[in-house]
Amino acid sequence: MRKISLANLDALFAAIAAEETLYLPQDTEKGAVYAEWCEGATLSNALNTVRSPKDFFFPQTENLMDFKVEGKSIEIIDTRKECEDFVIFGVRACDVRSFEVLDRVFLSEPVDTYYKNRRDHGVIISMACTRPAETCFCQTFGIDAAAPEGDIVCHKTEDTLYLDAKTEKGETLLARLSALTEECDTSAVEAQQALIRERMAKLPLANLSASDFGADKTMEFFNRPEWKELSQSCLGCGTCTFVCPTCQCYDIKDFDTGHGIKRFRCWDSCMYSEFTRMAHGNNRLTQVERFRQRFMHKLVYYPTNNDGLFSCVGCGRCLAKCPINMNIVKVMKTLGGKDNG
Amino acid sequence: MQEITRNALVEKASALLADGTVGRVLAWKRGEFDYDVTPAVFQTAEELARDLVWNDFCGANFSKYLIKETEKSDEKVLVFLKPCDTYSFNQLLTEHRFNREKVYVIGVPCAGMLDVEKVKKSAEGIASITEDSDKIVIETLFDGALTLDRASLLAERCINCKSKKHTAYDELLGEDGEVLDSARFDEVAAIEAMTPDERFAFWQNELSRCIRCNACRNVCPACTCEKCVFDNPASGLENKAASDSFEEKMFHIIRAFHVVGRCTDCGECSRVCPQQIPLHLLNRKFIKDIDNFYGEYQAGAEVGSRAPIVDYTTEDLEPNEAVERGDDNA
Amino acid sequence: MVDMKETLIPVVGVVTDIRIDTPDVKTFRVVTPDGKKAFDHMPGQCAMLSIPGVGEAMFSITSSPTNTEYMEFSIKKCGCVTEWLHSMEVGQQITIRGPYGNAFPVDTAFAGHDMLFIAGGIGLAPLRSVINYCRHYRDRYGKIDIVYGSRSMQDLVDYREIIEEWSKDAGVSVHLTIDREQPEWDGHVGFVPNYVKELGFSTDKIAILCGPPIMIKFTLAGLQEIGFDKTQVYTTLELRMKCGVGKCGRCNVGAKYVCKDGPVFRCDQIDELPDEY
Repeated sequence: MRKISLANLDALFAAIAAEETLYLPQDTEKGAVYAEWCEGATLSNALNTVRSPKDFFFPQTENLMDFKVEGKSIEIIDTRKECEDFVIFGVRACDVRSFEVLDRVFLSEPVDTYYKNRRDHGVIISMACTRPAETCFCQTFGIDAAAPEGDIVCHKTEDTLYLDAKTEKGETLLARLSALTEECDTSAVEAQQALIRERMAKLPLANLSASDFGADKTMEFFNRPEWKELSQSCLGCGTCTFVCPTCQCYDIKDFDTGHGIKRFRCWDSCMYSEFTRMAHGNNRLTQVERFRQRFMHKLVYYPTNNDGLFSCVGCGRCLAKCPINMNIVKVMKTLGGKDNG
Repeated sequence: MQEITRNALVEKASALLADGTVGRVLAWKRGEFDYDVTPAVFQTAEELARDLVWNDFCGANFSKYLIKETEKSDEKVLVFLKPCDTYSFNQLLTEHRFNREKVYVIGVPCAGMLDVEKVKKSAEGIASITEDSDKIVIETLFDGALTLDRASLLAERCINCKSKKHTAYDELLGEDGEVLDSARFDEVAAIEAMTPDERFAFWQNELSRCIRCNACRNVCPACTCEKCVFDNPASGLENKAASDSFEEKMFHIIRAFHVVGRCTDCGECSRVCPQQIPLHLLNRKFIKDIDNFYGEYQAGAEVGSRAPIVDYTTEDLEPNEAVERGDDNA
Repeated sequence: MVDMKETLIPVVGVVTDIRIDTPDVKTFRVVTPDGKKAFDHMPGQCAMLSIPGVGEAMFSITSSPTNTEYMEFSIKKCGCVTEWLHSMEVGQQITIRGPYGNAFPVDTAFAGHDMLFIAGGIGLAPLRSVINYCRHYRDRYGKIDIVYGSRSMQDLVDYREIIEEWSKDAGVSVHLTIDREQPEWDGHVGFVPNYVKELGFSTDKIAILCGPPIMIKFTLAGLQEIGFDKTQVYTTLELRMKCGVGKCGRCNVGAKYVCKDGPVFRCDQIDELPDEY
């Protein structure tokens, strides 16, 4: 484990940014956002960013390819380019887990090369959470906010940043920063971890349980009458989907620029009425079915296909942002009552 | 602090359910925390007693829900409306969006609602929120209790409240208020005073945060088209995300144009925006212009009024007159 | 990894022949610009066709894999992309990617069995591939029955191929029906589900159903009535698709993605899916 005084944080950022583009959470008037580090930028102390870091690997909009159309002829132009190395600093434990959730979709065969390109070139520096919020429930999904995953794991105390490389990528980067950091023991980190775990245990959602949900429970939950009431005031907007670090449904569309066609992909939402609409009908006609799809997918379908892993990481963004304050916690408490008193 | 107590709402609704005046109740339902209130339909007195809330976080405007709710059965639905909500209610009636006979409106006086984003900016890790006249006491998870001025946490639309007067109700709880002389156009004026470049930069900065979640459109009581142009594949505009940097601007500008003369300035668009874009300012600009060029008009002040923009009179301002007045923003 | 193959990037296809099948169905023959088949497939699999600027859509490949020269797609005009396809002329280039989805188990579960194909309207399109595969490897299968119905005689897809080729094969019986009487029609009149019951097949067959949902529902019920088990009956599902590889989320039903885990399902497998397809 290495450490660096917080007074030298700028030097650390400058050293990273000298070779790779560095992104870190920075404060704005409207909350913290991941932004590129430049001289003078400071690391946000916010618990988390408004938008999740999924944008780094699965951006809201991206060009897939270009076409040139002349008369009856079509030329397909592969616009993919090897992306440059980049570092994301300060990713929380919940969001780091979200990358695993996304990986299982995009990196399973056939591999999505757009995603893989960014994923291979990104280094994740995670940060333990010392001040979790009331909306946090990562522990429901077995995530330890005191010990995030990531290429390098950081713990920030009042005066020191501790860094621990967990992967080859992380070791390479940390080795490059060795002149700025010094070797240290793990006692300070362990003390912080104990504090974090104590705090996590006291959170209002600390006892939320997902044990009733999981693989192969489709029929158990699909026809539950409670879906109707849970979804009754859903606006059918995409806020939950778009702030969610694990939602990854997308649409593919063509855009005529006037000098060629761009085929792009953009985020889509199963909450939208048009999502499943076909020329001859729609298999999810009301918001009840659309709403159910989103939560069944996170709590049952995804785990069925992914060794029981849930596709919710408990980051709490949907709790904070849903216009009508309906969210996965309320769904779980209503449907998975056994351990959720 | 709200003048009417939560129990007064529960009692009133329960009585109307019991005597058969209404079959169900559209009201605010308590959440996990003290601030995450959800619009809900209540069917029984037990549900009301258990879950109804009336506090400083009951911002949701139920008017638009009535379109769907009145279709569900022949029974009347009881709805609680704050003064500003009644303007949307009237506007929807003007547009024949639901049957007035199927609704029983109880007007609730409103002392203004708090902005959850402001609350969260002031306190991390909220364990509980209690009201104490003009103070808000926030018990936090790690920092003890904070006592804040209620006024400092009010939503922008409530700071600049346009009216404490209910424009529609069957029954009123407490005393009705007056139409207020609000400062709601000050911020519009400030944007008008910017140079075109500054103004462009302002909106560029705000609208570039848009994630096209459609929350503003879906909550908007003026956006009630059966088929929105942005959902219509044949419109050529049906994109769920921006295909270029101009697109978010176009979405919001088109939407603002579509609700001209019909937007009551209820402020729901800005309340629900997950990216805190001050969308209401676009609509307010139109309202201000209508006031300036055609005489003061408040959508939803009464049922059946025609917005000047869809009502031709011989006194109407000609475009060239606006230019002659020297108004660059016309 | 940008030198890796990307499934979302198609190849160019040239439309070399357009056959008008019915007033709203055309069959398009597609090869690559150098005259080859774009890729190999198995019966039941699909391909994404697109016209840049108009959009992409998933279609079942109606030609048999045993055709090594080209692929064919029978397409009904019913939306933006299909309207454009119907307006094409020979020589037009389109884009094509695939193959997507599973296939009918022609070499495993079907091998050695009598086959009963039941189709309604454009539902013959996905079955044509299997039928011609079974005809090609005739000795691998038992007796073949084909029940096919449509609104009218003019709406029967592949009519000439059915009359001139299929019905002349040894061991292949074709049973055609149309919904309403027509002066020039001397065959059977009536709906497919009823016709199937009237024909009263022996139950030692594999049945494959394809057609409008209502036809599938009643035909399946009819087959069960005459003693078929759901494990003997196969069909295909059709949902909105965008990626073709089980990632975009659109065709997700239960834990299945129709584009990847389907479109072919055995009817008892469909029972395990939540009812929203």
